[in-house]
Amino acid sequence: MSTATTPAPPIPTPMRLGRRRRVGRTSARVLKLGAIVFFVVLFLTPLYILVVTSFKEAAETDPAHAWSLPSVWTFDAWRQAWTLLSPNLTNTFKLVIPATVISTVLGSLNGFVLSKWRFPGSDIVFTLFLFGMFIPYQAVMIPLTTLLADIHFPDQIPRLAFAHIVYGIPITTLIFRSYYATIPEELMEAARMDRAGMLRSYWSVVLPISAPAFVVTAIWQFTSIWNDFLFAVFIISDPAKWPITVAVNNTAGSLVTPYNLQMSAALLASLPTLVVYILLGRYFMRGLMAGALKG
Amino acid sequence: MTEIVLEHLTKRYPNGFEAVKDLSLEIKDDELLVLVGPSGCGKTTALRMIAGLEEISSGDLYIGGRRVNDVLERDRDIAMVFQNYALYPHMTVAQNIGFSLKLSGRSRQEVRQRVKETAELLGLEELLDRRPKQLSGGQRQRVAMGRAIIRQPQAFLMDEPLSNLDAQLRVQMRGEIEALQKRLGVTTVYVTHDQVEAMTMGDRIAVLREGVLQQVGHPTDVYDRPANLFIAGFIGSPPMNLAHAAIESRNGGLAARLGDATIPIPDEVAAEQGLAEWRDRTVILGIRPEDLHQSGADEKAGSDARLTPTVDRVEALGASLLVHFAVDAQPARTAGIAAATGEHGLEEVPLIGHEGAWFCAAFEPRSGVRTGNQVEITVDARRLHFFDPETEASVRPQKSAP
Repeated sequence: MSTATTPAPPIPTPMRLGRRRRVGRTSARVLKLGAIVFFVVLFLTPLYILVVTSFKEAAETDPAHAWSLPSVWTFDAWRQAWTLLSPNLTNTFKLVIPATVISTVLGSLNGFVLSKWRFPGSDIVFTLFLFGMFIPYQAVMIPLTTLLADIHFPDQIPRLAFAHIVYGIPITTLIFRSYYATIPEELMEAARMDRAGMLRSYWSVVLPISAPAFVVTAIWQFTSIWNDFLFAVFIISDPAKWPITVAVNNTAGSLVTPYNLQMSAALLASLPTLVVYILLGRYFMRGLMAGALKG
Repeated sequence: MTEIVLEHLTKRYPNGFEAVKDLSLEIKDDELLVLVGPSGCGKTTALRMIAGLEEISSGDLYIGGRRVNDVLERDRDIAMVFQNYALYPHMTVAQNIGFSLKLSGRSRQEVRQRVKETAELLGLEELLDRRPKQLSGGQRQRVAMGRAIIRQPQAFLMDEPLSNLDAQLRVQMRGEIEALQKRLGVTTVYVTHDQVEAMTMGDRIAVLREGVLQQVGHPTDVYDRPANLFIAGFIGSPPMNLAHAAIESRNGGLAARLGDATIPIPDEVAAEQGLAEWRDRTVILGIRPEDLHQSGADEKAGSDARLTPTVDRVEALGASLLVHFAVDAQPARTAGIAAATGEHGLEEVPLIGHEGAWFCAAFEPRSGVRTGNQVEITVDARRLHFFDPETEASVRPQKSAP
């Protein structure tokens, strides 16, 4: 009753305040947009030069004309790059696919045990796994190559794949462990009451609902193994076995630099990862979100 | 024939906290025993120890005569219904129900047959191909029941299985679970914080507080003879009215003086509760709301104990009319009552301009009593409860419950 008779609060003040706020909001938005456009241009400039150069004739590729569009659009450089690099592209696929699959599956198994079927000391084991992520590649290169030489692989590509699998385990384990942490403990207990053991719980209950984590991990591993240069250059000595990243680097001639060839080779090397992102990107985001929201 | 026997069961965590303290309990064959208490009282921990999901720190657990302390959960032959149902999200209803049978290596045909039977029992036939996401809360609850039933286990364990349902559905499922349990005749331990659920479903109820067993008995026994103030405050809704009262001699008998009112105590009540030794001492007096009648409405109580308060607030519940009023007596505020009523969310409301206790009486719904009216209330003196203000225990001489 008493609230109804209270005089209404003065209205003009909040209105004026609101208008001022609106003006402030508009200018903030312009500023924000400007900043975004600036950085987008900054970011896309190299890509622009990369693309236009790859469609130029060799004679036109001197740095003086780097900014101009090609006077004649030609696929010569692309054709040349394809002939030159397709064996390496095959090598990369032979490397990336098994390494991605194996490291992802291992990550899933590890993540399951470390989050849902814990054992005494599992936290310490997990911490040690995490350390693995922070060791710089360069620091272990010499012992790693020595070790790999001692293990007799039939071929150089499996040898490199092995290195990637081992190095991938920390990150794949981390992703899966975080994802599995969002699966309610009750579900695991229900499986236990239903007489499922460790492997059965994994196979029948956890694995079927792991798809988001598999997509995230697979994309992550695919791109990072695809883009790796350092391991490959150290571990693979036979040019015929080079993955595409190393091969692209070696398209640089010793006397003249065929810019158009280099550019198209670089684009060729990065296209598959682009395709993976376009096809699976939304699952990638969804997978990351699922972990964040449910936790 | 499955009896579950808990002998001095204790759960102690590495940090020293004891969730369950020296719990001894016998759950008889075919019985539905409800473990009830406010949250954090250890009831779920006790259940999980029976299930094998929680290790037993000390004491012994027997299921069907076999000591199972060191038996894995899957070898205890018991099924559990979880609070959040814990259905496998990627499996259909049929697969959820049949999962345990499939794991125990039954033929596909037998699994299908048993799933069908179970689904019929629960009215789930139409839903067998759905996934949990496509089910309503009540249906999920039924699937969870089905998953337990199909195993034909020695015992069911249920952990607050109805707490995620809305009120109406809860009442319905309460009846269904009880009927099912009676039909199947499987020993069941049922955990809930809801005393109404406990009262309505349990063959017997066991009340826990802070890991300690307070009282075991038939629901009406516990209701009529609460062993202490905690139970008095916890069991019953609205809760028992409690206030300090003095026991005095009156006309050769005893009477309780509650503020300015005097309530004569019938001799048989005084004898049964051993009140003689409380003469000229203060007790905490308990009266259930339904034992406070509107005078004239029910004179069969034959009591000359009357209260004549002014009505402070009225709650019309349809079936009854709750009349709240202040009594000029020292309110009972003990740790036990606080622990019990905290769960109901009934914070002690300080009386404005009044140093007394809140009482509540359940009147006839059509009595027409309104706020501000002065009413005359007859106390059913045969149904009084007395508690020791120090120990909080009932003054009733200890005897073993039936």
